[in-house]
Amino acid sequence: MIDWKKYLIVFLITLSLFLTASYLSNYFGSKKINQLKLIQDEIAINILSSETQFALLSESSCKNVSDSVLSGELDELGRKLEWSQENLGSTDEVSYLKKYYSLLQIKDYLLMKKIATGCKVKSAFILYFYTTAENCSECERESLVLTSLRDKYPELRVYSFDYSIDLSAVKAMLQIYKIKDTELPALVLDDELLTGFHSIEELESRIKESFKLQEIKPMDDKVNS
Amino acid sequence: MASISNLIFYILIFFAVYVQVFFFVTFLENRKKIIIRNGRIKLRSYPAVTIVVPSFNEEKTIYKTVCSLLNLSYPKDKLKIFLIDDGSTDGTWNIIRRFRSYPNVKIFQKENGGKYTALNLGLTQTETDFFGGLDADSFADTESLVRIMSCFEKDESVMAVAPSVTVHNPKNFVQDAQNAEYYMGVYTKKMLGFLGAINVTPGPLTIFRKKVFNDLGPYRHGHNTEDMEIAYRMQKNDYKIEHCNDAYVYTNTPTTVRKLYRQRLRWIYGFINNTIDYRSVLFRKKYGNFSFFTLPTGIVSILIVSYLFGKIVYNLADFLYSKFLVLNTVGWHFTGRTINFDLFFLDIHSSVFLIIFIYSLVVFAIIFGRRMAESKWVISFNMLYFLLLFKIIAPFWLMNAVFNTILKRKPTWR
Repeated sequence: MIDWKKYLIVFLITLSLFLTASYLSNYFGSKKINQLKLIQDEIAINILSSETQFALLSESSCKNVSDSVLSGELDELGRKLEWSQENLGSTDEVSYLKKYYSLLQIKDYLLMKKIATGCKVKSAFILYFYTTAENCSECERESLVLTSLRDKYPELRVYSFDYSIDLSAVKAMLQIYKIKDTELPALVLDDELLTGFHSIEELESRIKESFKLQEIKPMDDKVNS
Repeated sequence: MASISNLIFYILIFFAVYVQVFFFVTFLENRKKIIIRNGRIKLRSYPAVTIVVPSFNEEKTIYKTVCSLLNLSYPKDKLKIFLIDDGSTDGTWNIIRRFRSYPNVKIFQKENGGKYTALNLGLTQTETDFFGGLDADSFADTESLVRIMSCFEKDESVMAVAPSVTVHNPKNFVQDAQNAEYYMGVYTKKMLGFLGAINVTPGPLTIFRKKVFNDLGPYRHGHNTEDMEIAYRMQKNDYKIEHCNDAYVYTNTPTTVRKLYRQRLRWIYGFINNTIDYRSVLFRKKYGNFSFFTLPTGIVSILIVSYLFGKIVYNLADFLYSKFLVLNTVGWHFTGRTINFDLFFLDIHSSVFLIIFIYSLVVFAIIFGRRMAESKWVISFNMLYFLLLFKIIAPFWLMNAVFNTILKRKPTWR
């Protein structure tokens, strides 16, 4: 009375639909990863080129160099990586990309620092250390504060690093600033270490100072020249 | 925790896809058997039929209902119509009395006892070999009865035939949404008919052989869904139920979300409790597809909706909490950044593709159901209304019915 063959056939069809769906999911996932790799390569080339340009021309090209560095692209890449980690899972590829991203951030930071001293420009940098290894609600809130600040001040550069990332360059930074995992979230602002949560008002006033310096300097230059 | 929830989610999606594929395969197997007749048909013989119209406070619609029966293209001397007033408190009885002089109409008035008691009163008075009911809020198409009777003529073993029920004159968003749903119902019922697994013999104009009631006894309360209980009982006793897709009955549907909610609460409560009553039928080879497909499908859909309900509540709480966190940490703040639509952020979980697949088959069911009911292909916005409205409120009446069952709270009729 019951057509068991049909139940089996429908089961097999359903199974193949599942496999197709997971194939599609993987296919689009790897496309996204490739897209991220492309963006990263582009940023890497940009940083390398700015670095080389700066080394070649030294102080004479201060204006050109600072214009050509692209922090907006780094931000976008950061957002996409974060999304990928949530939606594609922490696969080997995603964590590899994350390492690469951290490295690019450090390179960008160093270059900007060099430019800042070489061209006598004071830029507002924040180094931000957080953790995903454990539940860190303070980190979540600090991230919100930083995102909101970055929206308000487009010139502000926030470099964020996962504390638990397995990358020697990041570990070196942790050593330099003596950051411990018990004190997360941690911020480095103007070479000063701030641990624990800091409110938007507090950071804003600190950043404003930083910005003022930056704004005053070129005016001084003009007056001097 | 998240991975367990994910696993459950994928298991439920698997079942949902399975059910839709099962229907679709059934459709492909039987598509040549689906005939849509236009115009009149002739029978070899016209057996006598009794149609009972049970009514309780239906003064607005019963006149038209009775007229639709009087206009049926069926020999007048072979059609007995019983109008039964189940203790109405409005003008229903006065309207019924206007039909007392018709030779084939009999009228009854009784104390209110519920729809099944009115139907049973009709049953005791029935002398014909065929018996059926027509809800007093529904209208039969002139060709409906003769087409239904043709199914009995074709197959001696058929014990009951259900018609295609669609929405009468939809006037607003809520009824438009139900319109699409009823078209899907036509498709579903036809497929269940092919599988021999129909679980409801709807109040609007299902015709039975009187033998069914002689053998199995009269209607029961059936948790206020007597038309479901009798179908379960017939399935349990291996009595064949068919669906006649080109016999049309138009029913008045709830006009507001509130009324719809009450109706569906009653239906789902009926499904849950009749299924509990007939649990011995589940997964038994001798009860066929009804036991292995129809009932499990109903149970799985309740599980799916319960899961989705939990998920929606969780997501909503999570969303509110994150908004609260933002508000609490950075205050009101609008980003000057324009939100760029970036394809990168499109969700590509495999569940997305499966859900798209399920929805496409649902849309196919609605379109094909409409084709069976109106013999034309129409794509309408009603589908969108249906998917939207039911997605939002169906979880609530379903959960409500589950809770009522647990708390043993019986829903009222309206």
